[in-house]
Amino acid sequence: MSAREEVLARVRAALGGADPSPVHVDRAYRARRAVPEGADAVALFAERVADYRASVTRCAAADLERTVAHAVGDARRVLVPEGLGLEVPGALEDTGLDAAALDAVDVVVTRAALGIAETGTIVLTHGPGQGRRAITLVPDHHVCVLEEHQVVPGVVDAVAALDPARPQTWVSGPSATSDIELDRVEGVHGPRRLHVLLVAT
Amino acid sequence: MGRTFVGMPPFPVAAQAALADTTLRRNLAHATATIRAKRAGVVAEVEDWEDLRVQAAAVKDATLDHLGEHLLTLEASLTARGVRVHWARDAAEACRLVGDIALGHGLEEVVKVKSMTTAEIGLNEALAERGVAAWETDLAELIVQLGEDLPSHILVPAIHRGRAEIREIFRARMAAAGRPAPADLSDEPAELAAAARLHLREKFLRARMAVSGANFAVAESGTLVVVESEGNGRMCLTLPEVLVSVVGIEKVVPTWEDLDLFLRLLPRSSTGERMNPYTSTWSGVTPGDGPQEVHVVLLDNGRTRALAEREGRQVLRCIRCSACLNVCPVYERVGGHAYGSVYPGPIGAILNPLLHGVGSDPATDALPYASTLCGACAQVCPVGIDIPGLLVRERVAVVDAHRRDPRPKAEALAMRAGAWGLGDARRMGLAERASGLVGRLPLGRRMPGGRRGLSWLPFPGSRWTGARDLPAPPRESFRQWWSRTGRDEGHRP
Ligand code: SF4
Repeated sequence: MSAREEVLARVRAALGGADPSPVHVDRAYRARRAVPEGADAVALFAERVADYRASVTRCAAADLERTVAHAVGDARRVLVPEGLGLEVPGALEDTGLDAAALDAVDVVVTRAALGIAETGTIVLTHGPGQGRRAITLVPDHHVCVLEEHQVVPGVVDAVAALDPARPQTWVSGPSATSDIELDRVEGVHGPRRLHVLLVAT
Repeated sequence: MGRTFVGMPPFPVAAQAALADTTLRRNLAHATATIRAKRAGVVAEVEDWEDLRVQAAAVKDATLDHLGEHLLTLEASLTARGVRVHWARDAAEACRLVGDIALGHGLEEVVKVKSMTTAEIGLNEALAERGVAAWETDLAELIVQLGEDLPSHILVPAIHRGRAEIREIFRARMAAAGRPAPADLSDEPAELAAAARLHLREKFLRARMAVSGANFAVAESGTLVVVESEGNGRMCLTLPEVLVSVVGIEKVVPTWEDLDLFLRLLPRSSTGERMNPYTSTWSGVTPGDGPQEVHVVLLDNGRTRALAEREGRQVLRCIRCSACLNVCPVYERVGGHAYGSVYPGPIGAILNPLLHGVGSDPATDALPYASTLCGACAQVCPVGIDIPGLLVRERVAVVDAHRRDPRPKAEALAMRAGAWGLGDARRMGLAERASGLVGRLPLGRRMPGGRRGLSWLPFPGSRWTGARDLPAPPRESFRQWWSRTGRDEGHRP
């Protein structure tokens, strides 16, 4: 018997022949609000992103390019993905740089698929404007542009809106560890600085 | 490279040594208190927390009831997404599969995402035997690996180490494994983390193959999920050309939408955060992004054994959050090593017996007793596992397994003697007088808290005190005091 057949046979034997009485999952939790009635989801999102010691800057659409330029500062090597739809002075568009070349990048500017107010999370699905996974991982500073209308209230809403066929990265603050005496320290292997630009819409 | 738990003494013996280690106790008390407070804070924010736990348990139970179908669906979706799916009956088979893939590519090293499943199967040691170095990239795993130490916690395997010890390990051992630690390294956590970043970065940048586990495997979409903090997971899942994920068959959930429970429950229970810094999901191969050769090893290794137990099956709901460890008074005092397994604490005390069976290995048989049955674990478990109930069941299983032993255990004899003594007032009075005499003997020593304790009793009592401190009996029993002072004493104002 192959390992596959044997494991499946063991599973069948373990469960016995009889069909178990069905277990009921009550999905009422999906209808509950993740953001309290009357609260402002966008403001909550901004607050919770900041709780992770990420930077958050809110700006008007007309000011976006200026805000991006300011966030990038005087970084010398700036990378953007294809389809960003923003003018970033001096930026290089990703053409499949290898890991060593990405390691030399100072800052990367991308968009995201959505933001989650409940947890202060941004989700990347790595399509146009967001780039492949490596570009938001290896550089040390990530500037992420999110439109206010992209903010959803809760994890439930985010899961419902996202397509599992796309690779996803859920980012909640900068890279961090609590492995030393359970003290949280920002910055291990992922970007040590995360800056979210939240654009009014 | 690396030590294993094989051949460690059973819990009672190992616990005694751990209890005597004051540094360990201080590190553990600090760490578990910190994480308990964080968890309590973020759990209190979620109004329907109890309902989420109930529904998550129901999703897991419903999935286990039809595990065979879900595994076939998972296999089909993974295959459709370009994944090569392998099955492994046990640890040795899984290790062989991973080793074959590495050697098939002519590789001498792989990078690893922290994974309980690969620790369970002893993958690093198995790969080392075939000449393949497996580099741990999680900070705590790195501390354990460099220190040639053993993991002592599910989430923070180096929880037993303080910052000064970590600095010493980095200074003494990093050079032999790659980039040395900076000469002026201090014991500030931020500096230690920065040293790990530099040390591991060269490994990430050159790695050609990574090995991971998965927190969840979604059957309908063929999606694997890895939940982490540092970004080492993302490095491993993104940069190498080849990715192999070893996934226990109980990790399957039917649909993508089911994650809306687990991604809320897991981070808050585990690190005590609203959300962990990074969660990666991927469905097989994405052209132009990440590893282009993707393997999944579906592992049994005792899971079907646990599945066959009607009550015990619920242990397979476990999402390895480690909340039960952090609230356990036994774990907090003895730490993880004494459990003799990569799965310590309350979950380890039921998972190990259920995966491997009882009656043959004394270390496994001791685990269900490593508990006070206080029930704190069951209150925090995000998937509602009745850990105390299963501990009692496994104790029964251990006793049943030893009924036909040629020599009954000392405890069984003691219990029989106890029943005889307690069953009759006169016999009990005699026993108490004897114990009062013992209380006057100079055998004692100070126990934590200043109470006097007995560290040994004569045989057969030595079988008990070999692993436990016994509070010294009072010089006078209640009955003796009652008859000496008379009834009236009780009415004195
Ligand atoms: S048994 Fe429950 S509390 Fe313990 S690790 Fe598993 S899921 Fe977490």
